[in-house]
Amino acid sequence: MRYLTDRKRAVGLGAGGSGTQGHWQMMVRSMIMVILTPLFLITFGLGLGGTYEEALAYYSQPIPAIIIALSLIVGLTQLMHEANEAIEDYIHGVTEKLTLVATKALAYTLIVAGLFALVKLAL
Amino acid sequence: MVQLTLPKNSRITTGKTWPKPEGATNIRKFQIYRWNPDDGQNPRVDTYFLDMDTCGPMVLDALIKIKNEIDPTLTFRRSCREGICGSCAMNIDGINTLACIYGMDEIKGAVKIYPLPHMEVVKDLIPDLTHFYAQHASIMPWLETKTNRPAKEWKQSIDDRKKLDGLYECVMCASCSTSCPSYWWNSDRYLGPAALLHAYRWIIDSRDEATGERLDELEDPFKLYRCHTIMNCAKTCPKGLNPAKAIAEIKKMMVDRAV
Repeated sequence: MRYLTDRKRAVGLGAGGSGTQGHWQMMVRSMIMVILTPLFLITFGLGLGGTYEEALAYYSQPIPAIIIALSLIVGLTQLMHEANEAIEDYIHGVTEKLTLVATKALAYTLIVAGLFALVKLAL
Repeated sequence: MVQLTLPKNSRITTGKTWPKPEGATNIRKFQIYRWNPDDGQNPRVDTYFLDMDTCGPMVLDALIKIKNEIDPTLTFRRSCREGICGSCAMNIDGINTLACIYGMDEIKGAVKIYPLPHMEVVKDLIPDLTHFYAQHASIMPWLETKTNRPAKEWKQSIDDRKKLDGLYECVMCASCSTSCPSYWWNSDRYLGPAALLHAYRWIIDSRDEATGERLDELEDPFKLYRCHTIMNCAKTCPKGLNPAKAIAEIKKMMVDRAV
């Protein structure tokens, strides 16, 4: 029990001074994804079904490699931010902070692992 | 962590079933949430039956009839009975609305009435709106000016006045905020649709000179940006307003000044 006034409880620690940049970046990534997602599906689809050598040759071309790399970076970054939104909604306290760190670590690991695999295929 | 089940002392039990009115042919069943903080019991749902031939058409008419003629302990807020005061907001047939302007002909089967969801209950159908009102106060719901007061009045063009339509009509019934999942989970930090609609009402007012300060106060990942455009607020508003649009307009203004 804390003897706080209703107004103090409502105001809390005040405005954090951020949020708009995150909101704007989320919209920009969404717009990029609208173009990137069909390109990714077409590119990835065209690369399916071949032999190992054909796949190596396909991903060593610049356009498929760049589209896949961009999809990895933008898609996983967007996924990370959306997941963080959900975590902030439903989990609170220390568990929230730890889950946010784990989600970021996982997303960055997936991005780097994906890019590493792509570079190995392309070069 | 998120709480998925109600605590034991909040689980709703079956309550008392009151007798049907004698000689009535047009009977309607009402299931109403009851909870009294003084008796130490769990909440319950009582069942009442009303003769609809002697009852008004609105849900509030039925509640008043139950209180007057069957069970005087039934507790609820009401005042204007015409959708202006916002007192009788409750959850009727699964929808947050005003009992005074919600017709019983819109409901099929038994009329189920609960208090507004995800709010502490004071008693029966009365939610505790203390925090909701404090959040409203925090957005400075008044005209803020720095220019010296004019001799006669603050002038406003007809077009600028029109911008307030769809905003000033809000009666602060809390139906929208209590229908918003984001507000359910984060009402301590997220202002909710009602307070944000009022914030926009003052931000967009051509006479107000504190637009920047008002936007600064909302520049926060939780206060404003917890709105995920779920749109329950617009769907449930008994006055037909659109708080989600007002929130989107604030976000657009935020982007305009930052990007």
